This record gives sequence, C-alpha cells and structure tokens, in this order.
Amino acid sequence: MGPIVIVGAGQAGLQVAESLRKGGYEGALTLAGEERHPPYQRPPLSKKYLAGDFADERLYFRPLAHYAKLDVALALATRVAAIDRAGSRVLLADGTALPYEGLALTTGARVRPLPVPGGDLPGVCYLRGLDDAQRLQARLAAARRVVVIGGGFIGLEVAATARAQGCEVHVVEALERLMARVMPPLLSEFFANLHRARGVELHLATGVDAIVDTSPGLTVRLAGGAALPTDLVVAGIGVLPNQELAQAAGLDCAHGIVVDEFARTSDPRIVAAGDCTLHRNLRYARPHRLESVQNAVDQAKVAAATLLGKPQAYADLPWFWSDQYEVKLQMAGLSDGHDGYVLRGAPDPAGFSVFYFAAGRLVAVHSLNKPGDHMLARRLLASETPVTPAQAADVSFDLKTLLAA
Amino acid sequence: MPKVTYIDVDGTRYDCEVASGLSVMEGAVNNGVPGILAICGGSCACSTCHAYIDENWTARVGPPNDIEDATLDLANDRKPNSRLTCQIQVTDALDGLVVHVAKND
Repeated sequence: MGPIVIVGAGQAGLQVAESLRKGGYEGALTLAGEERHPPYQRPPLSKKYLAGDFADERLYFRPLAHYAKLDVALALATRVAAIDRAGSRVLLADGTALPYEGLALTTGARVRPLPVPGGDLPGVCYLRGLDDAQRLQARLAAARRVVVIGGGFIGLEVAATARAQGCEVHVVEALERLMARVMPPLLSEFFANLHRARGVELHLATGVDAIVDTSPGLTVRLAGGAALPTDLVVAGIGVLPNQELAQAAGLDCAHGIVVDEFARTSDPRIVAAGDCTLHRNLRYARPHRLESVQNAVDQAKVAAATLLGKPQAYADLPWFWSDQYEVKLQMAGLSDGHDGYVLRGAPDPAGFSVFYFAAGRLVAVHSLNKPGDHMLARRLLASETPVTPAQAADVSFDLKTLLAA
Repeated sequence: MPKVTYIDVDGTRYDCEVASGLSVMEGAVNNGVPGILAICGGSCACSTCHAYIDENWTARVGPPNDIEDATLDLANDRKPNSRLTCQIQVTDALDGLVVHVAKND
C-alpha cells in the first residue's frame, strides 16, 4: 500500500505519521508543511516561550534526525496548491506532483484577522505560529503599553505574560464577559477579578472601531469614543479552519472539513484530523470543531487507523488547559448544553472545580489549581461513571471511591 | 554534560548526554528514546512521559509534587517509583541517572 501524503506538519500531522509507522505501514510517507519549522508545540507560544525563557529547539517535538529514522520525507516550507482527486495527486506550489493512495489533511487553523480599519498595521500582532511568537516576543520586550483585543484564552495568556514583564496592559473584549463562549459567568468573573488584581484594565462589552497609526505608537479607538494610546496591539479573536484546499477539491466543508467518527472526509481515501475538522465523536450527538492538543493527537490516531484499514471510531474525552499567572485552568469534557453546575470548593485561587451536568449526567469539569480534581474528572467522564451533583459539591466526599466501585 | 540512561520497554539501553537544565523527558525526545511521547510538551497534563526511576536513584530524584502526583493517576501501571520525566530537571547531581520507560500510549 502507499504512498501516503500528509498535508500539514503540526501536531496532528506528526501524530498521523508516527501512528502509521507504529501501525506497520512501510510505504512511502510524506509530511508536508507550509512553515519552515519542523512540527513544534504551540501551547507554550502564548506562555513560557513568549516570556522569553524557552529556546526554539525546545519547542520541536522531535529532532530532525528522527524523521529520517522514521523514514518520513519531511517537506518544510512547502505549500500545497491543490488536491487532484481524479489523478490521486497532491500538487505543490512549485509544480511538483505527489501521487497518493491515502491522503491526510492536518492543515490546522489560522488567526481571524481584525475586521477593522488599521487591523493590518505593522504594529498589530497575531499569535498562531512560531514566527508570530518570535515577532511578538521581540515587540513585547520593547513595549511599555500593550492593548490586547480579544478576551479569550490566547488574549488572556498574552495579557498575563505582558503584565509579568511589567507592561501596562489593556484587554478589550466585545462580549460582556471573558471567555464567554466556553465559561459560565462565575468563571468569567473569577478571571476578570484575577486580571484586574494584577493591574490589567479590562474593557468589556466594548468594540473596536479602528486602529490608527500615531507613530511611534498606535492608538486603538474604542466604540463609544475612548482612545487607548499604545506601543503594541495583540489581536486574539479566534481562528478560521484551513479548509480551502479541501473545499477546492470538492470535499464537504462547513465551519471545518467535515469528517465522520473515523476521520473520513466525504472522499473515503482522504482523512482529516485536528483543528481543521468539524468532526464526529461517539460521545456527542453534535459535531464539534476543537482547537486542542488532545483533539490533534487522538483524532490523528483515528485517522491513521482508518488509512491502515483498521478503523476505530473516535470516542476520546476532550481536554484542554490554559495558564494565566499562577492559575492553571484545566478542562475535561465539553460543557456546551449543560443545564446546571455545582462548585466543588470555594471559588478562590487556592483551587476549586466546577462540575457541569446535563439532564443529571456529568458532562464536563473545569478545575482551577485543582489538578487532582481534573485528573479524577477525566477518569470519571471517560468511564461515564455516574456522579450526582450532591457528591460533586461535597468536598468531604472522596470522588475516587466512585471509580473503585 | 550529565549522562542519563533510558531503558525502554524492550530492555534496550540508551546512554545519553543531556544538558543541565533540560528535563529528563527532553533528553529522551532529543535522543529518540522510544516510548517517551510527551504529547502535552511537558506541561504536566498528559502522563505520556511516564517512567520508573531506577531504585538506586529514587532518593536523589525525590517524589512528585501534588500536580504531578495527580497526573500520574492517569498513567498506565503506576508504581511507587513512577515519575513524569517532564517534571525532572537534569542537573549535575543527577549525572548517571537511570530510568525505565513505562508503557505509554
């Protein structure tokens, strides 16, 4: 069998390659990536790496020699122009054609550009890739004032890092609370208090009208008339899935490349995994698009199994994390659709968790500085062990006993 | 440079030089030691860099902290000498360390 081509050299692409080899695939294998870097970790980019205490090489998942050992042709700085399904070929921008028998799309996502005048000024930074992080790191080191647009995970992690470096930091969020898409009001409030206590000025329910070049700095004009003079603007307002290649090839796409629980696209010889997919997971009735390490890795394993002809349905539990100051936020499961929640512990920085229920069933747990709760929650959720709200809310009740039973 | 010996699940020995300041996990990854997956990149979130500390070294390496202890509960076949290698920093004091890679998947 073979050859197999993987388009997109991020964490999902690397995992597809490694799982194919582990699964016994011995044919030709190409891992093509648009960036000049070998597959690297993205989570530290908005955290440790941005703070400047992390060398580039430490981000790389594997040393370059590993790819030769794995017999993977790693094609970096390589843009794929099109997928020729009729001819079973991937066409590169330089005119080269790569024939395939199996194809994996792990194209990831890109930042959503700020849709305001001045959103493309050179002093406006985004954070997605390592090159972005390098640029931002250099600018941050020289900045005294920073305006972050977007009160989601990336924006808030950048705000925390900028504060730790002594910058004056403003966060502008269009919705009326932070991380509103994934957090209940209680946790939005907790994080708002945390950032305010560290000296961040929050502008909630506030739109941005324009960013104006007021050399040597910039000015962010807010809806309502206020103006924030600043040295640096960082925008973190979400991402868009890289689905254009798939779309142009006639594969089903919605907000993401549509795949089934076996990571198959609408063409059974083409699989897709990671941030770029709108996917099925046996745990959920609805399809999801998730941007996470967990999804990149676990879905990539599913995609590889499908290419190997040993399909196994995707049913892994989603999990995520975010670090802001000394607060470690860990999330297990998906809280969308919950109809109630209970607190385990008092909501203060010493640590607590929020347990989410839907129709009496535990669906997700968010833990703040409570790694024990998080790890336990992952086991409870993965095994679908029944937990009642009363048990979850009672800190004197040892949830571990439920697992043992 | 401190030396760290990794013994994989098949019993193959990898004698590696690892710069002080890197983690034991990074030393394994940089040297292509099989079985140290580290999918979270060393954030103490996944337990896929699980290894057993050789019994001659457990005292010097010390026990896990609370976060690591909780994360180790996700690991396969946890034992008293289990550690997540991303949480152990290589220093001159650990020159000669021997770890046994656990079955990570």
